[in-house]
Parts: sequence; structure tokens; C-alpha cells
Amino acid sequence: MKNRRSLFALPYVVWMALFVVAPILLVVVYAFSSAAGGATLENFRDMGGYWVVFLRSFELAVVATAVCLVIGYPISYLMAREGPRFQRVATVLIMLPMWMNFLLRTYAWMSILENTGLLNRLFSAIRLFDLVNAVSGALNSAFGLKLATDVQYFQMINTSGAVVLGMVYNYLPFMILPIYSVLAKMDRSLLEAARDLGASPAAAFRRVILPLSLPGVLSGVTMVFVPSVSTFAISRLLGGSNVMLLGNLIELQFTGSSYDPQLGSAISLVMMVIVVACMYVMNRFGEGEEQAVML
Amino acid sequence: MGRELIRLVDCCMSYDGEQVLDHINLYINDREFLTLLGPSGCGKTTTLRIIGGFTTPVAGEVLFDGRRMNDIPPHQRQVNTVFQRYALFPHLNVFENVAFGLRIPKVVEEERGGKTVKRKKKLPEKEIQERVLEMLEVVSLKGFENRRIHELSGGQQQRVAIARALVNRPKVLLLDEPLGALDLRLRKDMQSELKRIQQQMGITFVYVTHDQEEALAMSDTIVVMDQGRIQQIGTPEDIYNEPKNAFVADFIGESNILDGIMHEDYLVEFFNRKFKCLDKGFAPMEPVDVVIRPEDVDIVPVEKGQLRGTVTAVTFKGVHYDTIVDFKGFKWLIQTTDFHPVGEVIGIVLNPDDIHIMHKSQYSGMFGDYSSYSEEYDEMDDVTLLDEEADGEEAEDDEE
Repeated sequence: MKNRRSLFALPYVVWMALFVVAPILLVVVYAFSSAAGGATLENFRDMGGYWVVFLRSFELAVVATAVCLVIGYPISYLMAREGPRFQRVATVLIMLPMWMNFLLRTYAWMSILENTGLLNRLFSAIRLFDLVNAVSGALNSAFGLKLATDVQYFQMINTSGAVVLGMVYNYLPFMILPIYSVLAKMDRSLLEAARDLGASPAAAFRRVILPLSLPGVLSGVTMVFVPSVSTFAISRLLGGSNVMLLGNLIELQFTGSSYDPQLGSAISLVMMVIVVACMYVMNRFGEGEEQAVML
Repeated sequence: MGRELIRLVDCCMSYDGEQVLDHINLYINDREFLTLLGPSGCGKTTTLRIIGGFTTPVAGEVLFDGRRMNDIPPHQRQVNTVFQRYALFPHLNVFENVAFGLRIPKVVEEERGGKTVKRKKKLPEKEIQERVLEMLEVVSLKGFENRRIHELSGGQQQRVAIARALVNRPKVLLLDEPLGALDLRLRKDMQSELKRIQQQMGITFVYVTHDQEEALAMSDTIVVMDQGRIQQIGTPEDIYNEPKNAFVADFIGESNILDGIMHEDYLVEFFNRKFKCLDKGFAPMEPVDVVIRPEDVDIVPVEKGQLRGTVTAVTFKGVHYDTIVDFKGFKWLIQTTDFHPVGEVIGIVLNPDDIHIMHKSQYSGMFGDYSSYSEEYDEMDDVTLLDEEADGEEAEDDEE
């Protein structure tokens, strides 16, 4: 009996070994070897020059995750609280963009944010730049400032802001859905019990709903943070050469002119370790609540 | 039992145009154990939610100590609730669950410089400790402070829910089918436990159940409800001995309900025979429902009987036998400690106090015939099961 069961598991074991374990092992091996072959720690030393990229990647991912949380939690809360009709409509609206190709969506943002893009053309049409220039001119003559008075467009594309926007836009559903599913499962009488025991709506939220929804928040944060910190498509399309993130750095080591798979592997490995460490700390933090929801 | 505490005046409630409460009039006394009893969908949970402040009646008044409370939210009433499935907070341990209400800052009015100012005030930690531990002792859960909720049995969770409500020292405790999820044995234990707690704390309990035995065992007053209306209010003895209509007679205990004609005071006719009874005040020759409790019938040899019937089924029930006897096509349930085999012809004697007369009502002819005996019992089992499920749904519907 036991043998038969392990026989059924065999395809999965082979699959995991081939496509999960082996690549990670390869990354580890490459990270610790030099181009000529042979073990070395040189790759990690070389990486030191890129600490700005590390910092920027984590910074933007944290910002994007925070924005997703701030936008996503209220939406999830409304979806769980309102009637099924609102919930259905909201689910479709959230899922709809995800049925389109990821790159297509991001290209669409490019043409919106470009210097001659949709938004800037709109601003120009409503004469926003004339207004800005006039105000700047007035301020210049009043206070002796030196503000530019010939603004023709706002620089939106190729900024960190655009990259964060792209992350939020693409990954927001990953924040909303786990939080929503935890909130929707929550027994409504818990809220009534809190109210019955004297809690105001705000206190009931803070003392009961928020702590009980933490597991959903944690998995939402994980699901937004991890792809955000490792993205390269969003940063390349919306950030251009101005916003280089870890994903672009790694990509460069494998496809660019500075071909260096050993360094690329080392960067990947370090990023992986940092991400796993972050997740571990967060999950330890939420462990108590996790049990509560399993109840 | 003290003075009047709560009064509902002509309370009506409807959801989506469907009337669920129809002019409920009811008063509840201080320190009373009052039970709202009825089948699922009868409006008992809705009535409880109106008292608790979770639902506002579409018409009528809710009075606490004579003050109108219709729009006062739950936490501003001196009422706490024990919920159907306890609704304990899974992220808090037993102590923190019980302390929940005490940790909420209360608005108090204070004299300061000759003016009264409203200020939010927290209870000192020491007082919280004392009150929680004291309450855990009342519900026999001393030493369980640090347990997590999911580590407790159903009965223990029940006790935490009661302690959590009582620690706020409410004047009234509302209990919504609190024993529904417990097994029979535990339920019996908790019945006497609840009664003890109620007497020890000296407060009013308003209890909702569909279990008539539970209601009879615990209540000072029972309110029997069906189809959004109060069918009868009275002590357990009143309800059992003097049911007002066929519904109450059938819902509380077992009853044989026959068609009869009231000839004059103290004289009723059924099965073409006149019987003496203790009821009066009916119109001459008024058609009535006659209730005869299965345990009140005396079986005698045929020649001594007022009526003669044939035994058609016997079930052993432990203390007694459920004997089904056919009287001219109408089957009675008779409970006796003597065994009478199927096919035996027996006589019965009814004493005047065994007979209870009721006015005809919309429920006449619906209950009290044991012709389909075996099915009726199956059906009753189903009803109990359905009841529990349906009541859950009822409660959820209410929330929307």
C-alpha cells in the first residue's frame, strides 16, 4: 500500500527535482564559481558595487506593497461586508485587467505616461501647463525664484513613481483576494459580539477584525512584495534606464553585453536569501493568528 | 421575581415584505428566567435581537424601565448576549475573551469644577483581573485563563461565552439557543448550571430555544411563539396543563386532541359520550378542541371503561410504554407503565381533571391525531435536525 502511494508521488518528485531543486542548486553552484571554473567568493565581492540597486529594489517593493495594502484593505473590507452583488461586480472589475496580457497592460501605461502620452496631451488640452508656467512666473517675480516657466510636459515615464504605479496596478489583485477571502470567512457574529460587549465600530474593527484578518494581510503582502522586488519588465518599460532594479541587473548578466552568469547567480542567490528571511520573520510574527483562522 | 424591566409594545418586524413578527406584546420582570419557545422561523430569534438592539422593529416600542429604547445601539443597553455559536474571539485566550468588554473604555460623567464633563475612562488592570477571575470561577473555569479558544470543548466554550457576557454586569442576559451545539448529556448538565448561574447572579435571563423540555426545566415564564405571534405566555405548569390552543398543546409535550362540543359549564361531549370536566365559560354547544395528555389516561378492563379501543402499536420507552389505541378510527397515544399487547381490547377512564378544553383556533385539526404514529415520530426527529439548521439560517438572514 505504502509502495503504491509513493509510486503515485513519483512524477511530482521527479518534477520538483528537475524544475525546482536542480535550478536552485545550479544557481548556488554558479554563484560560488568563477568564469574559468573553480570555487570562489569573488562574485559576492563584485556585487558590492550594486548595493544601490539592492536598496532601490527593496525600497520600491516596500512602497508598492504599502500602497497596495492601503488601497486593497478597504476594498476587501467593503467586498466582504456589502451584499453579493457588489462583491460580484468588484471581483470582475479586479480580475478583468488580469485577463489581459501582463506586458500589454504595462505597455498601455507607457503610452499613458509618456512625455507625449495620453495624460500629458490631456493636461496640454486643458491648458494646465500654461497655468503652471504662469504661476511659476508670478512666483519668480514675487519672490525672486528661478522656477522654469516653459514646462511642456510632466516627466512621468522613466521615474520611480511610474515603476511603483506599474507594480501597484499589476499586483493589487494579489493583495485584495487573500484579504477578502479571510474577511469573507469571518463569522459575522464576532462583530456583533464585540458591539454587544461595548465596542464602538472602530474599536470592534481594531480589536477583532484587524487581528483576525492579519493572515490574509501577510499572504497579500508576500504575494505583492516578492514579484515586486524581483520584477524586471515593469522597471524596464516604465522606469527605462533611470530605474534599474535587481531584476534588470540579473537580466543584464545573462543577456546583456556584460555577460556574467556567475555574478547573476550570486545576485539571485542573495536576493532569494533576503526575501526568504523577510518572509520567515513575517510569518513568525503572524503565527498566532494563523492558528486562529484555522479554527 | 422583581418589578417589570423590559416591555415590548406591539412590535412588528418584516423582511422583504414578509411579516416575521406580528404585534408582539410582552413584559419581562427583573430576575426572571423567561424563555421564548417555538419552532424555527417563529420569530423567537428576531424578538431576542430586538431586545438586544441588533434589530429595530418596523413598528412598536421597546421599553427598558419605561424608557423607549428602539434606536439605542446594543452597547448602550444594559444587556449582553450569548450567541448561538458562542462567537468567541479566536485570536484571544480565555482570559482576554472574558476581559474584552472590561477593556473597552467607558464614557463616564464626572463633576469637575462644578461642571459635568464626559470622559472616557479605563478600568484599572487590577479590577479587570479580579472581575475576570471571579467570573471564571462562577462558570467553573478557574485555571483555564491562558487556554486558547480552540483548545476548549464545546461545553467549555459555552461557559466562556457566558462569563464574557456576565462580566459586564448586565441587567439582562440574552441567550440564543446556547445549548444547541452540545450533546444531550452536556445539555442537561448545562441546563441546571445556567439556572444556578442565573440565581447566583440575580439577573434576568431571556432564553431562546426550540426545545420544549429545556424550556420547561429552566423557565419561570415561557412564551410560546409560532408564525410571528405569541401563542401563550405562562409558567411551565400553566403552559403544560392549560394550553391555549392546539399548537401549544402539541408543541409542549404529547397531546391527543379531539373534536368536542361543550354542552354547558363542566360538561363536554366527544365520541358521542358526555364527560365531566373542570372547564367553564364556553358558549352553549360551542365546538371545542379537547386535549388529553397521554400520561393522564387510565387503562382499565373493557367492562369498566368509559371508552373502548384496540391497541395497534406498542413501543417500550424505558420508564413507560407508548401505546397507540384505536378508538373508532381515531388513534390515541397513551403512556402507561403496564404492557398491553397489540390486538388487546381495552377500556379507558378519564377523570374530570384529565380533560382540558380549548377554543377552536386556526390550529384545530392540525395536531393531536396519532393515526400516522410511526411517521410522526420519524418526522419529529427530522424536525429537530432541520430546526437546528434552519435556525442557523434564520439568524444569518436576520443579519442582512
